[in-house]
Amino acid sequence: MALDVLGVVGFIRPHIDWHALAPELTLLGVGALLTTLDVLLAERGRNITPVLAGLGMLGVLVPIFTLLAAGVVGEPRVLFGGAYVVDGFALLLKGLFVAAGYVVILMSTHYVAEGDYWGNEYYGLMLSSLLGMVVMSSARDLISIFVALELLSIPAYLLATWRKRDLRSNEAGVKYYLMGVFASAIMLYGMSLLFGVSGSTILSEISASPGLSSGSASSAVVILGVVFVIVGFAFKVSAFPFHTWAPDVYEGSPTPITAFLSVASKTAGFVALMALVYVGFWERSNVYGPLLWFLAAASMTAGNLMALRQKNIVRLMAYSGVAQAGFMIAPLAIAGSSTLAADDATSAVLTYLVIYAAMNLGTFAVIMSVARRTRTGDVASYNGLFRTFPAMAVVMTIFLASLAGIPPAGGWFAKFVVFKALVSADNASGYVLAAVAAVNAVIAVGYYGKIAARMWFEKPWAASAEAVPEVASVGVSEEGASPDPAAAAPLSDSTQPIPAMVRTPLNLLPFSLRAALTITSLATLVFGILPFTVSTLTDVSLLSPFPG
Amino acid sequence: MQDFLNGWGLTLVTFVPMLGALVLLAIPKRNEWSLKVVALGSSLLAALIGVFLLSWFDTSRAGDLQFVVDKPWIETINSRYIMGIDGISLPLILLTLLVVPLCIVYSFDHFPEPRNPKSFLTLLLILQTGMVGTFVAQDLILFFVFFEIVLLPMYFMIGVWGGENRRYASIKFFLYTLFGSALMLISFLAMFFLADGTLAGLDAVRTFDMRALSGGATAAIARTSQVWIFAGMFLGFGVKVPMFPFHTWLPDAHTEAPTVGSVILAAVLLKLGTYGFVRVAVPMLPEAAAAWAPVIGLLAVIGIIYGALGCLAQRDMKRLIAFSSVAHMGFVMLGIATLTPFGVNAAVFGMVAHGLITGMLFFLAGSMKERYHTLEMSRLGGLLKQAPRMGWMLGFCVMASLGLPGLAGFWGEFPAILASYSPAAILHQGVFRAYMVIAAVGTVLAAGYLLWMLQKTAFGKARKEFANSPDIKDVKRHEYISWAPLLVLIVVLGFYPRLLHEATDPAVRESLEVPSIAGSAQDCLDSDDGWTCFDERRTEIKQTQGN
Repeated sequence: MALDVLGVVGFIRPHIDWHALAPELTLLGVGALLTTLDVLLAERGRNITPVLAGLGMLGVLVPIFTLLAAGVVGEPRVLFGGAYVVDGFALLLKGLFVAAGYVVILMSTHYVAEGDYWGNEYYGLMLSSLLGMVVMSSARDLISIFVALELLSIPAYLLATWRKRDLRSNEAGVKYYLMGVFASAIMLYGMSLLFGVSGSTILSEISASPGLSSGSASSAVVILGVVFVIVGFAFKVSAFPFHTWAPDVYEGSPTPITAFLSVASKTAGFVALMALVYVGFWERSNVYGPLLWFLAAASMTAGNLMALRQKNIVRLMAYSGVAQAGFMIAPLAIAGSSTLAADDATSAVLTYLVIYAAMNLGTFAVIMSVARRTRTGDVASYNGLFRTFPAMAVVMTIFLASLAGIPPAGGWFAKFVVFKALVSADNASGYVLAAVAAVNAVIAVGYYGKIAARMWFEKPWAASAEAVPEVASVGVSEEGASPDPAAAAPLSDSTQPIPAMVRTPLNLLPFSLRAALTITSLATLVFGILPFTVSTLTDVSLLSPFPG
Repeated sequence: MQDFLNGWGLTLVTFVPMLGALVLLAIPKRNEWSLKVVALGSSLLAALIGVFLLSWFDTSRAGDLQFVVDKPWIETINSRYIMGIDGISLPLILLTLLVVPLCIVYSFDHFPEPRNPKSFLTLLLILQTGMVGTFVAQDLILFFVFFEIVLLPMYFMIGVWGGENRRYASIKFFLYTLFGSALMLISFLAMFFLADGTLAGLDAVRTFDMRALSGGATAAIARTSQVWIFAGMFLGFGVKVPMFPFHTWLPDAHTEAPTVGSVILAAVLLKLGTYGFVRVAVPMLPEAAAAWAPVIGLLAVIGIIYGALGCLAQRDMKRLIAFSSVAHMGFVMLGIATLTPFGVNAAVFGMVAHGLITGMLFFLAGSMKERYHTLEMSRLGGLLKQAPRMGWMLGFCVMASLGLPGLAGFWGEFPAILASYSPAAILHQGVFRAYMVIAAVGTVLAAGYLLWMLQKTAFGKARKEFANSPDIKDVKRHEYISWAPLLVLIVVLGFYPRLLHEATDPAVRESLEVPSIAGSAQDCLDSDDGWTCFDERRTEIKQTQGN
């Protein structure tokens, strides 16, 4: 009897499509393997974990390709009663997450090994965070979205504090954790309201429920629910005015983790936002439309204006990330005007995400390479880079041009599709937002161009030449702490000491970092010169494959 | 050969310099000789292809696009890789192909500080690809991409090799142009969504194909929308030209840029703006062009007078030439604003003439700076005595620039003034005749400031400080080589303007024709009741669409 109450007797195991879940399972397997090896090998495992993690990531691409070959794009696989969907949209994002994760692992390899950090759990945590993201791409109900969100966030909180002897890193982790939990709470409250109104957690059922579709009695509750959920994700994607955590966390975290947060974690936020807007709140464009419009315009403008004032390169990238988030939110704001506009907006956001991943990861790889030499994150350390480190200056110029949206680097196409989506709505709000975006694209050149100007026009930065040999003899500071060079205070004259574990000479770039730079810069250029490479990938719809 | 040029000619002429740039990147910095040879070689190769294109160009069909390539590029937005040239683009391409090798020859043995020939030449070649690409592109997105590619190399050229104030000048140049082009891109997109490609015989409704968009696809767009779209393009191209009041970046950029940068800026880059008006803005939106024409004309004549007065207030020779560019581009824009074939022909001629003459003036200014280490006119003087050949060249270019008949400058200025006597019938005649009078006054002012400059720099005796300067020598060999073609062309085009008109005239007529199923735009522009004509045309097209 008791069993019956619990529903155990009537329980029938749902049909599980193992093939559709293969990417997640592979990732889980690699993560578990890494953790086991960590326990078995302890410190001896430090050399092989990054390699294994990297190979594992590439391994995850296999089931993604077999799913693609199985024609998932044409006929999506719907699991668990609509809670989990594997379609072209989900598959593309899974691929993107895995690729971004692979590049971050390449960036981490030497950083972690040389920095005297605990190397082993690092990759395990990163893989579990990636697992959360991969789950997020398919999640189509409130509970799976929430579980995915926590799965990706909690390891990220830990990773942000990875430089545990550095106060800045501690601050970053705590700040990120508190803000993140706060956002989750708001979002959960919103979700519970939506569940109360609609009686379901499945997004498509929420959308179809009379509470949301007809806009009758409970409209205040619905508005509150929609607003709260969107605000929760606005934290995740660091949209103004919910961006306040980003600069501090970016500055304090280890640089590869900053790159990871600014690309993968932000993408995951957008994925959830898109699933919610297109599938869950589709009937309520009158609520989310103005809200997202405001978030987009405010993020672009505020992010750009604040970035103009930054002296530390990582903080600058944090504010630039706020502005870029604004660009990505913009198409969503006008998505509700028609189904055609909605599909346009989906492709626009996805295109932007793919290109943004390449160029932003690349920028952080350059930041790491430069900081590795100069031991500081001061933008002034980019002075004269063209003379001291010409190849890096050229690569950085490509990324900066891309971020600023100047052809032939990839960013122009990202901006272009956003403009196109906005104009395609053919209404006043679309045109005005496009004009706001256009003005912001110009403001952004103010700070991207300034870095380029520093690299090309200025005299070489003096401190790098003097500080490196001098500090090298001093060796590690007393506590054995090795603060992140890129986070070093911009105003202090002293540069950070070089950690004891450095294996590659500082004037040579480690192979893995070089690989990361090559992959990202090639991707950025190819996306820019042959934009069809990305536009054919992102030409997917969120609306059509969804049942109901 | 014909077949080869048809398929590959334009792609090659555009990308050979880019390939050269890639090769340069692979050559180590110390092999300066091979760097220079590869750079010069690739720009000469591009020029050679240009000569082939010219000789196979069918002048009897100069109004049609030739050597057309049409391949898919970005299918999701129906943007294609379309290239082609007609009589308007041909002279501008040849100008570019001529000027870049001359610039390389000029800087062959003395690169501006901080030298670094490798990056200098690489940027120059990338710049060339951008410029030629803009003139051959026949798809708006392709056009936009090339239009923007030009930005970065020029930014670095001013910023790295420029004068004292180079940082300010380079970022100002960058931000101004980018602001214009961002809004221009929105206009392109708005046109993409509002135009109907089927009206111009395409299968697809939405298209970036410039042939279709200037061939009637936009005829059904409401007038208010057209006016707004034109406004965005106006900003984009107007900043580049530059028109008053968007011109303030130009004097700074010119003054700070290295000699070669100034030459390219004057000779080709400014033409991207006016070319945009002739190729994109006017033919695609003739109705809006008519609505904006009085404004364009007004800004043009303000530019003529303002540029001239600005010249008279300058103490720096290079800055003076820069302000004279503002005035000269005013004549070009006035010609375009008349919306008559005569006026637009004058404008295209003016573009080429200004490119040759002002480019040459900047070469001379750069060489003088090298000799005197200053361009402050109060300190200069006596060039004719110290370096007579160079002094005569300066005098010759001054005469050409002020529009002396018999030299190229005349055929840009005079017909533009003449054309504004009788603008297209749709425009208010009185207004344009007033513009004509103001522009005529502008030519007098032009003679004033140019002769003043000549007097200050070339006449009289050299000042004490330079009297025995060992640096001051007459024209050197590399200068002869890089200047001779320009000087010859100034005379040839001055005596035989038909050379250019033969190519441009059919193309200009074709571009203003803008046919549609309900009559051409040219007929409406030519009619006294033009606005009603445009309205009727639109209604008729909409009716046929409805059926």
